[in-house]
Amino acid sequence: MGSDSRKNELDSSKGKNSRRDFMRKLGLIGAAASTGAVVSGFTPIADTNEEYIKVLTADNKLVEIPKSQVKKVKLDTEVLQSRGRVGLAGKRWVMVIDLAKCRNARECIKGCQEHHHLHPYQYHINTLVMQDNPQSAPYNMPKPCMHCDNPPCVSVCPVDATFKRQDGIVLIDNERCIGCRFCMAACPYSVRVFNWEKPFREQLYQEEPMEYDVEANVPQRKGTVTKCLFSADCLRGGELPTCVRSCPNGVFYFGDQNENAVTNGTTRQTVVLSELLEKNAGYRLMEELGTKPRVYYLPPKDRVFDTPEKPDSHHS
Amino acid sequence: MSDHNIKIDKKKLDKIATDVLKPVGFNNAFINWMLFLTMALVACIYAYVIQYNKGLIVTGMRDTVSWGMYIANFVFFVATALVGMLISGVIGLLGYQWIKPITRIAEIIAVAFAAVAGLVIVSDMGRPERLLNVFLYGRVQSPILWDVTVVTTYLVISLLLYLLPLIPDLAIARGRMPHAPKWQLKLYELLSFNWTHHPKQYKLLFSATRLLIILIIPTAFAIHTVTSWLLAVNSRSGWDSTIFGPYFLTGAFVTGMAAVIIAVFFFRNNYKLREYLNEPLFDKMGKLLEFVCVIYFYFNLNEFVVPAYKMKEFDAIHIHELFAGRHAVMFWLSQIFGLLIPMIVLLWKPFRKPLPLFLIALFVLVGAWFKRYIIVIPTMEHPFLPIQFLPGEWVIYQPTVIEGAVTIGSIILGIMIISVLAKLFPIIPIWEMAEEDEETKTKII
Repeated sequence: MGSDSRKNELDSSKGKNSRRDFMRKLGLIGAAASTGAVVSGFTPIADTNEEYIKVLTADNKLVEIPKSQVKKVKLDTEVLQSRGRVGLAGKRWVMVIDLAKCRNARECIKGCQEHHHLHPYQYHINTLVMQDNPQSAPYNMPKPCMHCDNPPCVSVCPVDATFKRQDGIVLIDNERCIGCRFCMAACPYSVRVFNWEKPFREQLYQEEPMEYDVEANVPQRKGTVTKCLFSADCLRGGELPTCVRSCPNGVFYFGDQNENAVTNGTTRQTVVLSELLEKNAGYRLMEELGTKPRVYYLPPKDRVFDTPEKPDSHHS
Repeated sequence: MSDHNIKIDKKKLDKIATDVLKPVGFNNAFINWMLFLTMALVACIYAYVIQYNKGLIVTGMRDTVSWGMYIANFVFFVATALVGMLISGVIGLLGYQWIKPITRIAEIIAVAFAAVAGLVIVSDMGRPERLLNVFLYGRVQSPILWDVTVVTTYLVISLLLYLLPLIPDLAIARGRMPHAPKWQLKLYELLSFNWTHHPKQYKLLFSATRLLIILIIPTAFAIHTVTSWLLAVNSRSGWDSTIFGPYFLTGAFVTGMAAVIIAVFFFRNNYKLREYLNEPLFDKMGKLLEFVCVIYFYFNLNEFVVPAYKMKEFDAIHIHELFAGRHAVMFWLSQIFGLLIPMIVLLWKPFRKPLPLFLIALFVLVGAWFKRYIIVIPTMEHPFLPIQFLPGEWVIYQPTVIEGAVTIGSIILGIMIISVLAKLFPIIPIWEMAEEDEETKTKII
């Protein structure tokens, strides 16, 4: 029987086991996720007199496991790494950005830079002023990582520092990254940023050392690449990504493609993903490159904001 | 030919050995030269130490132009290293005899530039201390893995191609250098592997060399094709080209040939080897340079004219920057003085005489360096999506003094390796030059 959460997640994702097994394993993940514990040496034969405890799983299911089987361990870098590389089982995260609503309030950027300890010039998400052709009016376009299903950055990485998880998220492990910046050259959306100098919160790291969490890419490290992570640490905790929650204008929808549902970060209204995209002519950026992004845009039609100033030049 | 028996003209050998061995050895002038280079190198290493401590923020690179002069310089070094293959491999296998006096010089350049290219790429890394990760966690999908593999292979083959033909020479030299220091003779003894000039030994040497010069051709093609793919696998305009492999390869021949001509000119004068590195040789080298220039020009024509005709949106921005924009001066200077004018004037014999050819080669080599800059940087300045809400210096690339110093350091290191090898061992293959002409024609083929 697998003793660490990573193996359990892999097993359960295969779907070979019985439903009882599956539920039990979910319990184990739940223990890891909610109490910061993982179970080792689990014995399937449970004593009926034994005391059970309730554990919340990663996907918010309440399950019971025998109390004697729970062993608390510290969430060290190794555990954070192994679970961070696998991702959340059964999920396919997807983001929808409604361009008709974006007023360039830049609250998503603020929240993001705070969450991931970024310099003011480092953007995991940036809002660009776009103009598609001389006749059409300019509009604001938030640009996170597209978390492509065919990510060029992952293909070119020489050391597997950047990788694609089963839940669709592309992450970067800054303990592995050698700083060659090939991924930055490969990304057609220019979403990757580099730590050219010491991190913004260097002092904080020195005062109170913290474990590296690959799902938040914190602490940041000099000489490594960083990028938008869809706030993978928030998702594990059952929360929406920081930028989605920070938006005051209801621009972002976020959710699970498998459930075909996305939730608006501002109104907290949940809608059917396929309907939202079909009705509003949702599209993805640079479809012709074959990167298969996981971020959809709704065209800036019937805008709720004033037209932003024309960008000085389309490309600089 | 496996049944080849070498015939060496004893008188000829004596004369060549005397001439070629005269400049060998670390004299005072050489030591001063090396001291000067070492001092300059220390300053450059200091610049690198600053970069290592403060991070790549001390360079002009930022998130927009995240590959800068280091990558351009890396491409230049790999390109120059390719000449070893052109001379020994392609021209040698075709059976041309005139390359004999310059094969060793070409191999020295190949070894020096391939070795330094590896260091140049490390100087570009944000986390150089994690270099081993490439071997620990290497992913075969990444062109960087391919590059590491083929550059290392090329370096090893080039080193062998340098050392193997040196064996008989060192055996010859051992008995003829009474004033050489003990360590040098010891080194010669070690590297000549008890060579006794036995026909069987020559037979072995020939078959080994033959195998190597066959192997070096695909390896050399691989190193520069893969280097071009580091750029061409990205979808950015300016790199998104299917002819990048041959375009780089032919450019490398031009660069390497220019480097060899410069080196040969230097040794001809400073080592007083005019008799061997003579005018007919320069004429031949000039013709070869002309030939590779024409091929490279043809690829340039394809690379720039075809996108310039269509003017697709992003290609148009790129082409405009090169033809009339911010990079126009560098682009036209490198194309006209580094390729077009050399290609035209080399058609006339007077320009293939040693001094004019040397000057032309200088222009070609400097132009080639700037051409690599033109290939790498402008493309990065124009990504698909606009760059906004960033400070101005984050958009336009301007190399810094530190970047310049580290780059100059790599060039100094290359010159140092060439200098040491050229003083430590004979620069012209003595035994090959002393061979009877008829015999050598069939030596390798």
